Amino acid sequence: MSLATTHPAAHPEHHEPTGLLRWLTTTNHKDIGTMYLTFSLIMFFVGGLMILAVRAELFQPGLQLMKPEFFNQLIGVHALVMIFAALMPAATGFANWMIPLMIGAPDMALPRLNNWGFWLLPPAAILLTLPFSLALFGIGDGALATGWTFYAPLSVQGGMGVDFAILAVHILGISSIMGSINIIVTIFNMRAPGMTMMKLPLFCWGWLITAFLLIATLPVLAGAVTMLLTDRHFGTHFFDAAGGGDPILFQHLFWFFGHPEVYILLLPVWGLMPHVLSTFSRKPTYGYTAQVYSFIAIGILSVVVWAHHFFTAGMPVPALIYFMFSTMAISLPLAVLFFCWIATMWKGAMTFETPMLFAVGFIVLFGIAGLTGLILADVAADAQYHHSYFVVAHFHYALFAGGIMGVMTGVYYWLPKWTGHMYNETLGKLHFWLTVVSFNLTFIPQFFLGLAGMPRRIPDYALQFAEFNAISTIGAFILGLSQLLFAWNIWSCTRGGPKVENRVWEGADGLEWELSSPPPHHSWETQPQIK
Amino acid sequence: MVIVPQDSSASRRRWRLTLLRRAARLAPALLPASASAGYSFNFPEPVTPIARETLHIHNEFMLIITTLFVVVFAIMIYSMIRHRKSSGHQPSKFSGPTGALQWFWALIPFAILLFIDFVLMGIPAVQAIINMEDTKTKADLVLKVTGMQWKWQYEYPDAGVKFISTLATPRDQIANAETKGEHYLLEVDKPVVLPVGKKVRVLLTSIDVIHTWWVPQFGVKRDAIPGFLRETWVLIEKPGIYRGQCAELCGKDHGFMPVVVHAVPEPEYLAWLEAQKAEAKAAAGGADRTWSRDELMAQGKAVYEKVCAACHQPDGKGLPPAFPALAGSKIVNGPLLDMNGKVITDSHVDRVMHGKAGTAMQAFSTSLSDVELAGIITYERNSFGNQMGDMIQPAQIKALR
Repeated sequence: MSLATTHPAAHPEHHEPTGLLRWLTTTNHKDIGTMYLTFSLIMFFVGGLMILAVRAELFQPGLQLMKPEFFNQLIGVHALVMIFAALMPAATGFANWMIPLMIGAPDMALPRLNNWGFWLLPPAAILLTLPFSLALFGIGDGALATGWTFYAPLSVQGGMGVDFAILAVHILGISSIMGSINIIVTIFNMRAPGMTMMKLPLFCWGWLITAFLLIATLPVLAGAVTMLLTDRHFGTHFFDAAGGGDPILFQHLFWFFGHPEVYILLLPVWGLMPHVLSTFSRKPTYGYTAQVYSFIAIGILSVVVWAHHFFTAGMPVPALIYFMFSTMAISLPLAVLFFCWIATMWKGAMTFETPMLFAVGFIVLFGIAGLTGLILADVAADAQYHHSYFVVAHFHYALFAGGIMGVMTGVYYWLPKWTGHMYNETLGKLHFWLTVVSFNLTFIPQFFLGLAGMPRRIPDYALQFAEFNAISTIGAFILGLSQLLFAWNIWSCTRGGPKVENRVWEGADGLEWELSSPPPHHSWETQPQIK
Repeated sequence: MVIVPQDSSASRRRWRLTLLRRAARLAPALLPASASAGYSFNFPEPVTPIARETLHIHNEFMLIITTLFVVVFAIMIYSMIRHRKSSGHQPSKFSGPTGALQWFWALIPFAILLFIDFVLMGIPAVQAIINMEDTKTKADLVLKVTGMQWKWQYEYPDAGVKFISTLATPRDQIANAETKGEHYLLEVDKPVVLPVGKKVRVLLTSIDVIHTWWVPQFGVKRDAIPGFLRETWVLIEKPGIYRGQCAELCGKDHGFMPVVVHAVPEPEYLAWLEAQKAEAKAAAGGADRTWSRDELMAQGKAVYEKVCAACHQPDGKGLPPAFPALAGSKIVNGPLLDMNGKVITDSHVDRVMHGKAGTAMQAFSTSLSDVELAGIITYERNSFGNQMGDMIQPAQIKALR
């Protein structure tokens, strides 16, 4: 609740509850956005602590700190926490805060659903992490130890941590689907008069596609984990060859959700980028229409490429060729986005405040993710990369540099608008440089580890991998510690700081900048007219 | 150690052309490597046609994406330097291509990317797939690989030879109580032996969860899936010892099930195979004679430590709740067989021979010999404080199969 100051204390006419009850019962999009973002920040540190324990174990060959069973629990829960409890809620927090402000709507279309969508998250996070504590009291054998992918039959064999994780995924899925319905309904029905779909801010477009992807794919994940649950407890054989099932069926179902999930995490960030780049280049967004169609194209392509996640499982040659080429095809709409981002900067008048630094860092590092993704699509080369540290490095460039650094861009960009105060620019820049340098220190060595043949998800490794692992661990600890600067900067910004104007940034454009900073508790009660 | 991969003489000429480009790409990588050992920046030396082709593709692709990266971000960085407010640059107002020339410039990158995706990278990629999946033609011999938690079983179906290969690294090295050896975690008690210059069709399956058989120098990685057969092939061109690991998370000891392949000239391979056959015959003969309890205990201890100790621990205390203790276990301390000499459901003999569905406890009757099973059962009933005082003969196991 660190962003509580956004709500001016005096609103006696509403007769709203105060204290904890206010947050439990709120239907205000700004309050709910704040809760999503706070929850996300807390879980970002929870997931980060888990992986620092993992990196500490991997600092040197040999088992020093933990047993392999516990190691396997940490890696899987780290991924689930980071994806479902840190990155997705952060994007939903942005959506809650910004979509009504950007489209001139008084609130989200379904405010009570909105409240419920948020309050499902804490129980899910508890379900996900509770088995760790239960194991301390001798109940069960710890959390999910199958990696975040739940692959059957390992997950059929697993302990009760798997059941906890299945239920957590169900609840998180319900929450996300409710959030998505709310966003779609809001964007379709509550735009200010005159705001046609092709005048909709790109951030809203990015989220609109995300919302459709969530509704299309989350039910498939829910179905897959339910089948897993019945295989575990009710004698079905969906994933057991002895009963006529197929373990690879699980992988197909999982990745039918799992691949679009990557774009679910990234599309809101891609939507945000043009706003930031255009603001700090003091120049209109380049290629608005091209970006909208690229979002749509990526959304469609993302649901037809899933099998590239398990080329090594073995499939017919035509299937291999199809999944390879369809995956490579994603590079085209993605290249359109890169082109538009750089063309937006081209011939502008750039300044490099913290949000702009993060945006530029995002473009460069996410470029590495995209380019390595292009070669991962190649089936023969993938036989070497697959399940090696090369893949680990690749998807952290996509999800940390692409996802988390994108979220940080948004936080620095909008924080003054939310709080009415400017954050500490020096600390922000320091946070950026420490993050970028230590991130690369952590993950560049992992590319080489993968090429040299180190498999992922192993608690101990051969001596030839020792040097790079040591470097990677040092990088990871610097990266983790640097994030304390981020938390401190947000906290102190909510407490006070220099007052900012309505239009926080010189080059900012859009309805959200017409409102006061912080915006009133209820904004756009009279919708603006868009010309 | 930096391994700069070499090629066979057949393709050396083609490679000389690309040597310059490769050298340029590797140059920055070589700098720190000259200072210290242990850094490797590319795939290890390829020893099969597939691995060579994969390395070639990988090198070309790295060159392509590095070029794309440098060109794109050089343009961006140029803009970041030239178009700054502090240097007095006035912002333009354009928001899309205007005029034919700008459209041309905007579309050129996508034409180039299309060409890279579907021609420059696409064509060699399709050829590589077709080669990789060519498992059906001209195989000289078949090797069946079965993944199990957490070891590999190798079978030569034509010769009737079958054995299990497990990690040979001592536990003390893993626990840092002893200096780690050169091949720490990449050494096994019994490597699989293959002839060089022969096309080996590799069939893969698993008896419990999904494992992945991977030897980086072969360029081959394929899942072993329970209840299904998957296939791939290797043609090793150079004698040597090649090491790899399981690549699919398969539970507790996923990091401790290496693959070690010993590639030898064909005569040596055939001699080895004959020796294996003789050994198998001797072991089968062992089931027909009566064993003393001490013999069974010694046999059982050796096999227990190789096959059972990973879960049930060397002291029989297990890792509850996932891996139950055998010390004081009701099942182990239950009756051996029923009054007619048949297996009792869920008894000790039943568990060892037929496993427990849905858990890591495998059906060992498929992978262990009569003597080994009799040894394990006898050993477990009379160790870790269990004092049943009875034993089971290999001949009895043979009859129970």
